[in-house]
Amino acid sequence: MADFDDELDASGLNCPLPILRAKKALGGMDAGKVLHIIATDPGSVKDFEAFAKQTGNELLESAEEGGKFHFYMKKV
Amino acid sequence: MEQKKLAIIATKGTLDWAYPPFILASTAAALGYETQVFFTFYGLQLLKKDLGDLQVSPIGNPGMPMKMPFGPDWFQDINWNIPNIVQTNVPGFEALATSLMKKTIAKNGVATIPELRSLCQEAEVEFIACQMTVDLFGFEHSDFISEGVEYGGAATFFEFAGESDICLYI
Repeated sequence: MADFDDELDASGLNCPLPILRAKKALGGMDAGKVLHIIATDPGSVKDFEAFAKQTGNELLESAEEGGKFHFYMKKV
Repeated sequence: MEQKKLAIIATKGTLDWAYPPFILASTAAALGYETQVFFTFYGLQLLKKDLGDLQVSPIGNPGMPMKMPFGPDWFQDINWNIPNIVQTNVPGFEALATSLMKKTIAKNGVATIPELRSLCQEAEVEFIACQMTVDLFGFEHSDFISEGVEYGGAATFFEFAGESDICLYI
């Protein structure tokens, strides 16, 4: 598991809330910091890839563990 | 890179059809799009101060599953195929369907419409209310939220839509 600076638990939330919450959380962070996002929405796997591609934030890691999805997003 | 633009025309005023414009607008804003939504005809209902009147109608909508949001799994899996003629004759059928839909929405972690609308406002999505429809339906500006809302017509819509990268009619 990668190191991170902030954590966002979006478990139980469905599209588009995990993305909107992540955007807000990243907004309050400094460039270069890493946000760890936890989600249960299976659609979020592709969505966070797409979010990273379009916003320039870097998706360092995307993994599934114990029925939850974990994303490590580095703020650009 | 120049900021991309998304223009949406929202024309439907039911609980189910309230989702696409607000989901797409809030997500686009999160992705860095400059976003504008033009609300016309029944879509104006989505700008009302009180969104509690939004209803969903299963009548004449064969695509809508009618499932119960409570009870044991086998019960929740049943798709209640209720004929239109029965639906139209049962008083309060739409209110019942709406309340079941709201329970299903909450159970699935889907945002409510008031929540999505305020997320749009926070993200500075611009809302344009069609003034012609306001007059036609006998509404007052005081019926609508004021933050982020301007009143205009077709020409106002094209001013932004003409320069948009994506334009959707919902």
